[in-house]
Amino acid sequence: MMDVSYWLPVIWAVILVAAISIYVILDGFDLGIGMLFALERDRGCRDVMINTIAPVWDGNETWMVLGGAVLYGVFPGAYATLLPAFYMPIVVMLLALIFRGVAFEFRILTRDTPRERLWEGGFMAGSALAAFCQGVIVGGVVQGVRVVDGAFAGNALDWLTPFSILCGVAVMCGYALLGATWLVWRTTGGLEAACRRWAGWLAIGLFVGIVAVSAWTPLLHAPYLRRWTDWPNIALVAPVPVLVVVLGIVLARALRRGRTRAPFACALGWFGLCLSGLGITLWPYAVPPGLTVWDVSSPPSSQFFQLVGTAIMLPIILAYTIHSYRVFRGKVTETDGYH
Amino acid sequence: MQTVHDPALLLARFQFAFTVGVHIIFPAFSIGLAAYLAVLEGLWLRTGRAVFLDLYRYWIKVFSIVFAMGVVSGLVMSYEFGTNWSVFARKAGPITGVLLSYEVMTAFFLEAGFLGVMLFGMNRVGRGLHFAATCCVSVGTLISMTWILSSNSWMQTPRGYAIDPATGRFMPADWLAIIFNPSFPFRLVHMGLAAFLSVAFIVGATGAWHMLGARRRGQAASEPVRVMFSMAMWMAAIVAPIQVMAGDAHGLNTLKYQPAKIAAMEGDWVSEDHAPELLFGIPNMKTERTDYAIRLPLAGSLILTHSVNGRVPGMKDFPPDQRPPSYVIFFTFRIMVALGMLMVAVGMWSLWLRRRGRLYDTPLFHRVALCMAPAGFLALLCGWITTEVGRQPWTVYGLLRTSDSVAPNALSSMAVSMTAFVVVYVLVFGSGIGMLVRLLSHAPHAGEHGTSPDHAPDILAARSHPAVIDPTHGEGA
Ligand code: HDD
Ligand code: HEM
Ligand code: HEM
Repeated sequence: MMDVSYWLPVIWAVILVAAISIYVILDGFDLGIGMLFALERDRGCRDVMINTIAPVWDGNETWMVLGGAVLYGVFPGAYATLLPAFYMPIVVMLLALIFRGVAFEFRILTRDTPRERLWEGGFMAGSALAAFCQGVIVGGVVQGVRVVDGAFAGNALDWLTPFSILCGVAVMCGYALLGATWLVWRTTGGLEAACRRWAGWLAIGLFVGIVAVSAWTPLLHAPYLRRWTDWPNIALVAPVPVLVVVLGIVLARALRRGRTRAPFACALGWFGLCLSGLGITLWPYAVPPGLTVWDVSSPPSSQFFQLVGTAIMLPIILAYTIHSYRVFRGKVTETDGYH
Repeated sequence: MQTVHDPALLLARFQFAFTVGVHIIFPAFSIGLAAYLAVLEGLWLRTGRAVFLDLYRYWIKVFSIVFAMGVVSGLVMSYEFGTNWSVFARKAGPITGVLLSYEVMTAFFLEAGFLGVMLFGMNRVGRGLHFAATCCVSVGTLISMTWILSSNSWMQTPRGYAIDPATGRFMPADWLAIIFNPSFPFRLVHMGLAAFLSVAFIVGATGAWHMLGARRRGQAASEPVRVMFSMAMWMAAIVAPIQVMAGDAHGLNTLKYQPAKIAAMEGDWVSEDHAPELLFGIPNMKTERTDYAIRLPLAGSLILTHSVNGRVPGMKDFPPDQRPPSYVIFFTFRIMVALGMLMVAVGMWSLWLRRRGRLYDTPLFHRVALCMAPAGFLALLCGWITTEVGRQPWTVYGLLRTSDSVAPNALSSMAVSMTAFVVVYVLVFGSGIGMLVRLLSHAPHAGEHGTSPDHAPDILAARSHPAVIDPTHGEGA
């Protein structure tokens, strides 16, 4: 099985995981900032918070569109199974993202009118709900989807379990931590100090979440435990808990010592570890427990044609994404000349 | 497989139609407006006339709102193929999913990557780079339109595929044939022109509104108002006639590849030479005739085949389970065509007034232009309904039925989500359109820096309308 129909799906799985990881990190801090609105009442501070992401949030969300499109074009079997399986959380997430996305403009257009509170609330609730739903979906994938003849054959509420809810809460915590550490990096003064405090609490929350999810996962399906403990996977899995703890200590110190970038980097590190743990757990399944990436793949002619475009476009996209972050780099203060 | 009258299927269709119908308004607006903004900024850089910068600053506020609504409603669309049409997605994903991925990679990232610089970067990057960002956003919207229309056109006139006998999947065989399928060039041109026309009539109506307002106050309209009205009327005068020709060519193409759609659009039941054109009627799918028909002799053959004795198809040529619902598209098609003719008339009138030097002081004309504000979007929606309902009962024309495409969602889920979509869309996009109208109710003026309605503070002003553009602020300053 060493031919293109074996390797193309593997390559695509790597690209898809990379796209999803980039999405989680980038939109993660956007959504986190939305949730932190709940803790910050001052309008000036809220404006600063939004100003740090206003020029980039659309680009961040586009990674999610890419994830969906890649799934649709390269792994249509997974797209066609997972979307009906998670119909409710997906619809709720999309509706939540509508409120989040329009709030950037609407909260300013309705400033000083009674409707301002609606859009501020929409930004907050939309971000929180979207984060929660994304966690629920990940949890739902990990716990598995009932499939018959390659199509979803479960019930509308199969996804709703204590495990998926735990994952939803953990992702909310994680995104909020990303948002808080991002703000530590990008803001000054009282807001920065507040974010340091929030980040401490959120880090504790996320740590508990990671421990709980990791302890629960091997109990869901026997193969998961085997995949963690079999050689050579164990060599990859074993350092993960150690690294999580080490990063946690570094994060706590960085927050206390007034570092600006290190906390965000540590939060990213935690996310990187979680995502790689998830990858080790699931591989090679696209829709656990039944469908592998090869089962759900589109024909090689589709995957190859799309790979050509991706090989050309992805470096270009990364280049101008980095450029636009550079244009808007630096600390953002209230007097900054842009919204 | 589900029957045509299955309520879950009907809800899936209605939900898709509703969400895409809302979505398309904003992309069309974005496509036209981004191009207009690029033209304005280019004119400003070339001529240095402040009026173009004023207009740029005025319309970019509108653009930022429209674009945001386009993005969030589009995000829904990209997942709805899977949530509502999972069987279609599984079978056609190897083709349509790949086209959508190309759209994301070549268009959405381009738009999103440069949108930040376009909206917020005027005082952070040089003029040239800012203009380049505006152009990138505009080109991005056009590339986006190209891919999605290629995908849609492939569903209308599929080419370049093979069907895998084991799974029934569409396997791509020839990507060029897939992308450049027979109806794609016609649909691309017609839709692109539709987007430009829709925005031209919005810009024109805004100009007309403020000229009427100025007149009521006994003042002369400001220069930006006159310039944008004039630009819009040039667009209408030039593009509307081209659109009629493009639509005619599109119709000939459809006659060739989707004759059942043409028969339903025309309300014709029996195929005939020397066919009349029905000006009005009510097609009845049960009795297989069109009631209350008003016929124009020979015109049907003449319009559809460009010859009085050309043969025009009738719906009875096709089995009843392959006929699109004529009672919908008979009307939507006529509304579109009527609006197209009206647009041509407005364009011609503007030329005549212009020659007599009365473009800016004919209140009757301004009132008409104001009423035409929604005409473009109305025609565009009617056109899409004609295209999409006329494709029924197929999702992939002649190959995959809509009733075989639908996802296995429970009726209760569909009902709940449908309600949620309607409530959220009406609230969010209804409010958004309300805010747009309020924004447009303030006339652009010389030295525009965008103090916005309901005393939205200077943040908005400073954001899209930095008072100074400091060229010493180099890249990444
Ligand atoms: C004729 C053009 C056209 C048509 C028919 C459609 N769209 Fe669209 N779409 C655009 C033209 C466009 C655009 C001009 O490129 C938008 C509008 C605002 C924007 O951000 O990009 C957009 C936005 C947009 C986005 C958000 C992109 C982002 O995050 O930046 C998505 C995911 C989609 N669309 C997906 C779809 C799907 C799945 C459609 C089919 C049902 C569809 N669009 C119809
Ligand atoms: C943007 C403008 C569009 C509008 C206004 C529009 C409108 C509609 C309408 C009214 C229907 C329902 C037809 C019916 O069930 O009777 C429909 C169905 C559908 N359209 Fe479109 N459409 C648009 C673009 C697209 C594009 C670009 C695609 C694909 C790339 C697409 C794919 C579909 C699919 C898959 C269905 C569902 C199956 C069906 O009912 O045929 N549409 N659309
Ligand atoms: C009198 C002139 C017009 C004629 C003869 C005409 C003809 C047509 C035809 C035959 C179709 C159906 C194509 C098919 O699916 O087979 C169509 C679709 C459409 N029309 Fe028109 N049209 C006219 C004016 C307009 C105007 C003024 C607009 C908008 C400003 C418009 C927007 C559209 C759109 C958006 C579609 C759907 C997309 C597509 O299939 O291209 N049309 N038109």
